[in-house]
Amino acid sequence: MDPILIAVLVLLAVSLIFGALLGFASIKFKVEGNPIVEQIDSLLPQTQCGQCSYPGCRPYAEAIANGEAINKCPPGGESTIAALADLLDVEALPLDAEHGEEQIKSVAYIREDECIGCTKCIQACPVDAILGAAKQMHTVITSECTGCDLCVEPCPVDCIDMIPIETSLVTWTWAQPQPGVQLIATDRGRNLAIETQRHQHQLEDDRNNKGDAA
Amino acid sequence: MSRIWSFHGGIHPPENKRQSLQRPLERAPLPAQLILPLQQHIGAPATPLVEVGDKVLKGQAIAEPTGHVSVYLHAPTSGTVSAIDCYPVPHPSGMDGLCIVIEPDGQEQWIEHQGVDDFRSLEKAELATLIRHAGISGMGGAGFPTEIKLHLSDDHIVNTLIINGVECEPYITADDTLMRERAEDIIGGIEIAAHLIKPTHCLIGIEDNKPEAAMALTRAARNSELDIEVVVVPTKYPSGGEKQLIKLLTGVEVPFGRLPADIGIVVQNVSTMAAIYRAVHHGEPLISRITTLTGDALANPGNVEVLIGTPISELLAYAGADSQRLNRLVMGGPMMGYTLNDPQIPVIKTSNCIIAATAEEFPEAAPAQDCIRCGHCEQVCPVGLLPQQLHWFAKGKEFDKALSHNLMDCIECGACSYVCLSNIPLVQYYRFAKGEIRREQFDQRNAEQARIRFEARQQRLEREKQEKADKRKARAETASRAQTARKALTPADSQPATVDPQAQLKLLKTAAAVARTKLKKADKALVQAQTDGVDDLAELQAAIDGAKAKAEQSQQALEQAEQQNPAPPPTLAELKIAAATARTKVNKTEKALADAETKGVPSADKLRSSLEGLRAKADAAQLALEQAEANTAPPAAAEEMDIKQLKTAASIARTKLKKAQKTLQAAQEAGEDSASLQQQVDQLSQQSDTAQQAFAAAEAAQPKSTGPDLKALKSAAAIARTKIKKTEKALADAQQKGLASATALAAGLEKLKTKAQHAEQALADAKQLANTETVD
Repeated sequence: MDPILIAVLVLLAVSLIFGALLGFASIKFKVEGNPIVEQIDSLLPQTQCGQCSYPGCRPYAEAIANGEAINKCPPGGESTIAALADLLDVEALPLDAEHGEEQIKSVAYIREDECIGCTKCIQACPVDAILGAAKQMHTVITSECTGCDLCVEPCPVDCIDMIPIETSLVTWTWAQPQPGVQLIATDRGRNLAIETQRHQHQLEDDRNNKGDAA
Repeated sequence: MSRIWSFHGGIHPPENKRQSLQRPLERAPLPAQLILPLQQHIGAPATPLVEVGDKVLKGQAIAEPTGHVSVYLHAPTSGTVSAIDCYPVPHPSGMDGLCIVIEPDGQEQWIEHQGVDDFRSLEKAELATLIRHAGISGMGGAGFPTEIKLHLSDDHIVNTLIINGVECEPYITADDTLMRERAEDIIGGIEIAAHLIKPTHCLIGIEDNKPEAAMALTRAARNSELDIEVVVVPTKYPSGGEKQLIKLLTGVEVPFGRLPADIGIVVQNVSTMAAIYRAVHHGEPLISRITTLTGDALANPGNVEVLIGTPISELLAYAGADSQRLNRLVMGGPMMGYTLNDPQIPVIKTSNCIIAATAEEFPEAAPAQDCIRCGHCEQVCPVGLLPQQLHWFAKGKEFDKALSHNLMDCIECGACSYVCLSNIPLVQYYRFAKGEIRREQFDQRNAEQARIRFEARQQRLEREKQEKADKRKARAETASRAQTARKALTPADSQPATVDPQAQLKLLKTAAAVARTKLKKADKALVQAQTDGVDDLAELQAAIDGAKAKAEQSQQALEQAEQQNPAPPPTLAELKIAAATARTKVNKTEKALADAETKGVPSADKLRSSLEGLRAKADAAQLALEQAEANTAPPAAAEEMDIKQLKTAASIARTKLKKAQKTLQAAQEAGEDSASLQQQVDQLSQQSDTAQQAFAAAEAAQPKSTGPDLKALKSAAAIARTKIKKTEKALADAQQKGLASATALAAGLEKLKTKAQHAEQALADAKQLANTETVD
């Protein structure tokens, strides 16, 4: 037989086999949905605030997967943009001011004696973090509040405040060091001499006073 | 003698332990005030059990654990609780924490307490509870609740109990002193711990710079039934770290992310053991500890037994601090401790050392230079990390890379910073990066939680929508089924005899109307055909004749039927509807007419004539309605008249009036003839007034049994207030922008204000009324 014909036949057979294999694999190991959307969604802050002009974080994730700009999420801020840029391998843009500015994290607080129990904020809350019923006082479950702001506008008596989350002993973290100022143990230089002197004088005075009294 | 292993890295800083070992252990004087932070341990802060003004006895529990990982707190002396408030606490942040403040009465009166004679007779759980109630948390460093470490679940088999007496940090000698002075206590504590966790062997690790302590412990261990081995390890910082000590004594490394208990090892500090001994054998909770007072600014450095909560300023005064020379106050050692801002900060359960340092002793750090990649930090890291790499990652905020280089394994010992030739504050960078990573992880968890909740809500809304749709569908189905059932029944029942004359009449009416329409259509078709010049005109004509005949027939039948069954007098509602329909028709025609006139369409004349007809009809309908209204018995109706309806009527009248006024204004502005409009407005305003009056009268007539609705008034007032606020905001905004609408807004604001005042007044009145009623 002609060697060229044999070669062609063999190649044909091989390509058929691999084609069948690939076809089988594409059906057998088919990935449901768009996996990149999941990854983008997991990077978004899930406040569901809609400041990006999409009705929630997942729709925005889908939009990003379809080429929407990555800088429309004020609650996520620069860190989210950086993470998205890293994931999608695009350039990190500055936050689009049109959609708001990055703000300090806060939670909603209902001034409860002013609440008239209209349930409008309950309907607005995307994560069901407001507790209450019609004509009953409402309150925010602070641990579930994402600080999305959506409950503030609908309130007819303006009794909802967004209160910034204060740093506590538990949530406090070290700041980035200023090189040259801090070292081990002597981490934050302060001149304590004056303060201590004051305290000691006070103590001595107290002792003297007590002695006099006795 | 068991073998000693070694760990990677480590440093040998100047020990500086000699200064504080010159004097024997002393007891600090009773301070004027004890400040007891509710969080002196890892886990949740304790919950106060006392209130301000309560008298407490020495050893009385003043705060209980919140949850599992939390610790009891006891009064260190007898006295009065003078405050429960926020005070500066020992924490690197320098922030305030909730504290219980006790003013001692000087009596030192103990609460009734009693030790256990034979702890071996106790159940494990009982013994663990005893330790928990004594408020003991790890006294070496972090302050983890001790009883949790000693009362492990059954699947943890502990083979080695390691007692940490290494105390590797410079300056600190508190554990050294304790081991020298109270070796029996420590051994007693070890016996209790060993009874709880049943290890196969117990090891006490001591550095070779504390020979007296090692001797004392060896002597005391000889008297014990247990086989306790005192292992002397070479002096090297940080061999006192938990994982480093485990490596030193057993050669085992604790895997990443696991606890020593997972590999069968429990490590406890010597001070903790002594505290357990006091708690079990004497019933004394943890209310005092040994603390090293040292530093060049102190005239009498040494170790003192201090009550928990003693302000450091008192200890400084006791040790003779030279306030001129004191430059920096450090809690803990110089390697891992932190600067205190305030000498009023109290000693807590984990405070092993206080250094009052002079400026020469702890000088300001030299300016950090660039990393020269000398690699010293890598050589001294006891965990075997790459400090240089971690430094770059932390500085560049590449936290994921730092994480993959095992930043979280860093024990923050400070050895790398100590040897850094460029004076780079490496540990501070790691602490910063760790904090950021923890925060990111926390945010990630929160985001995940929010996502789950959001999705659950979406699902719920979807489900509710579906349920509603299903319900509607079901209702429609039942209705249609009922209809068919009725239809099925009618033929059988509705034989001519029982025919409802009204229904029959209706049917006839419809038939007549249909016939008329058909006739009209046929007419139209004929006209069309004629203009088009179609041949079959005759056929069409015939059809029209047929239709005419039919229409006449049906009309006749209808008339007959009507004569036979005179329609019952129309009800008031029907009349009303008829009148309204007539009015609407008139309106529509008027509009169409105006339109036609402006456009100059020839059909205007026709429209005008039809309008007149319609007007006449409308007038007739109105008349009929008025008559009927006059006829219907007014008393019953008036009494039943719902206030709500009246209210609606009044408000409708008002709205109409407003609209009319607006159109009038528009017309006046446009310079059109507005006389008729003016008339209309007057009429409407009259109507509105009457409606309002009727409403007011009805309201007045209504017995005030229910009283004014306070809640409604309240919300009305609140809404009014908010409106004012919003308008004010808008006004300010408008003024700022120089908008023309500002004046209008200002006027509106005034109006709103009067309204709000009325609302407030009404609310106040109602409240007063309610009050008087309740008084009555």
